[in-house]
Amino acid sequence: MNPASYLTLAAILFCIGLYGVLTKRNAVIVLLSIELMLNAVNLNLVAFSKYGVQPSFTGQLFSLFTMTVAAAEAAVGVAILIALYRARATVNVDEFDELRR
Amino acid sequence: MSSLAEYAWLVPLFPVIAFALLTAMGRGAGRSFAWLGTLASLLSLVVSVMIAAPRLSGTAADYSSHFVWIQAGNVSLTLGFEVTNMTAMMLVVVSLVSFLVNLYSHGYMKDDPRISTFFAYVALFTGSMLGLVLSYNLLTMYIFWELVGVCSFLLVGFYYYKPEARAAAKKAFIVTRIGDLGFLIAILLLYWNMPDRALDFSSIHNVFGAQAGVISEGLTTLIALLIFLGAVGKSGQFPLHVWLPDAMEGPTPISALIHAATMVAAGVFLVARTFDIFQASPAAMTTVAIIGAFTAIFAATIGLAQNDIKRVLAYSTVSQLGYMMLALGAGAVSAAMFHLFTHAFFKALLFLAAGSVIHSIHTQDIREMGGLGGKMKITAWTFAIGALALSGIPPLAGFWSKDAVLAAALEAHPVYFAVGVITAFLTALYMARLFFLVFTGKPRSSFSAHESPAVMTVPLVVLGVLTVVAGFVHTPFNGWFGEWITGHAEEAHGGALVMVLSVAAAVLGIVLGWLIYGKGSMRRGSERWPGVARLLERKYYIDEIYHAVFVQSLDRLGKLLHLFDEYIVDGAVRLAEQSAVALGRLNGRLQSGQVQAYALAAVIGLVILALAIAGRRFL
Repeated sequence: MNPASYLTLAAILFCIGLYGVLTKRNAVIVLLSIELMLNAVNLNLVAFSKYGVQPSFTGQLFSLFTMTVAAAEAAVGVAILIALYRARATVNVDEFDELRR
Repeated sequence: MSSLAEYAWLVPLFPVIAFALLTAMGRGAGRSFAWLGTLASLLSLVVSVMIAAPRLSGTAADYSSHFVWIQAGNVSLTLGFEVTNMTAMMLVVVSLVSFLVNLYSHGYMKDDPRISTFFAYVALFTGSMLGLVLSYNLLTMYIFWELVGVCSFLLVGFYYYKPEARAAAKKAFIVTRIGDLGFLIAILLLYWNMPDRALDFSSIHNVFGAQAGVISEGLTTLIALLIFLGAVGKSGQFPLHVWLPDAMEGPTPISALIHAATMVAAGVFLVARTFDIFQASPAAMTTVAIIGAFTAIFAATIGLAQNDIKRVLAYSTVSQLGYMMLALGAGAVSAAMFHLFTHAFFKALLFLAAGSVIHSIHTQDIREMGGLGGKMKITAWTFAIGALALSGIPPLAGFWSKDAVLAAALEAHPVYFAVGVITAFLTALYMARLFFLVFTGKPRSSFSAHESPAVMTVPLVVLGVLTVVAGFVHTPFNGWFGEWITGHAEEAHGGALVMVLSVAAAVLGIVLGWLIYGKGSMRRGSERWPGVARLLERKYYIDEIYHAVFVQSLDRLGKLLHLFDEYIVDGAVRLAEQSAVALGRLNGRLQSGQVQAYALAAVIGLVILALAIAGRRFL
């Protein structure tokens, strides 16, 4: 089995996620796109743990870590999003330009 | 014996302290504090007399003292003071005239709200002038030289709310500045070329007098001419005389003190003090004599046709300063200093008497005066004494000094003598015109004349007495003054011819003036030759020529430079400013606060970095 197909899939996933992060207006979709990018990384980690130069369990362990952190991140992210929505009554990221002020 | 000369620095110090006090108190000082300035000048006078009195025997040694002012590497600049017979005489003259003018000003400036400012300026001037006189080297002198220039500027522009006074003050400052530049360059040239970089007068005397040849002849001439340029500016000699008549916009006591007796004589004093340089250069001597002679006759002709009482006197001052320069150019320091000495008294007297008239009837136009002699007896008499002295009628002071100048001129060149005699005639004529138009005849406009208060008439009387007696210090029979000033006996010269001719010229001028303006039995020159009269009244159109040639061309140059400043310099500044603003705007646009935009920038940056790293492999 060729690792290139895994890596290609991971790259495609990452790019879709990146595109979503950079272009989508809806903050929920931006969060989802971030998850997509994280999963692309997970895919890479798993692929290299099996077909890498020195196959080991480290990659798989790391992907488990990533999933845990991603879950925590999603929880925090959604919590912030809800707080923002309560304050501004919108989830449109274009309107979140607090950094400029 | 510790001579009082060691404390000569006190003389200029008193007025400077008075100036500091008056300035510190500001406008709140009021009338009574103005006496501080008078007190200071009185103290200066007392000390000056005490310094001069022991020297009268002519045996006292000169005293000089100096200290290092700036020391940088092997460059050192020293300041100091020196008491010689000449400076002692100048000290007495300056402090005496200053004291009398101070006294007089209490009457003349009585109603001016800025009287304390006036006295502060006068005190500063007195201090600076005394410092100038005492200077031991050219550098010290230059500092005080500029200080008196500043005081002249401040006092000419004292009535700053009058546009003419402002213009006159600026003119006085700028025109004399041309001369000052020459003086400064001369000092620098001397500094570079003198052995040991000495600038003091005794070194100058040694280098140029005793050990001739240390400095080349061409350089000597150049230095002498540049020093003379400074003197021309200060003393109102021909090409730079234009500021002095305009300076009459200042208060009349100032015209008497600064623009008749003391500051304008500083140029003559400078040339006399550095006379060894001039003596080493025949070309410079000739220049001094020619400029002096030309100025004397040139200003005297203008004086004939002026209608402002102070302007007539101002042109007379220019003319008499020309006389002094002529004497210097003819090689007679003692005659020049003697004329300076007597002129200080009688010209201050004439100005103060004119001020008394102006104070009384509030006009300066002699066409509106007339018949004042009956109402203002003291003023009229003292003015008459001054006018006769200026005309050179024996035995008044002006006769003896003019005689000395003419004798020196005759010895140098007959043409100088002829010019001097013609000038004496013109001087007598315009003084007669002035006197008869102002004090005799019928009033030509309605005014109520009254004699001035005692505080003004007493200085007039004192100066009148001095005008009568001051001449006897140096007569053909008694050469004491000249010997005292120059340190060596002058051979008796001139004789009867000079005396007879100069008195004849003076009497002719006065009689002619009386016939025309007093008795009215002769037609006036202005009716006979209206063209000439007009030319004289407009002062040979010198002001207009200067305006067209220098002022306008400089004005155009200034406008050009202004355009350069506006478009090139300011343009560069605006470009810098606007590019910064544009950059800021661009940055502001980048800082949108949109996290996605930032992320995009980060990604683009990463891509570029990756491409750069990857691309390096193929290079």
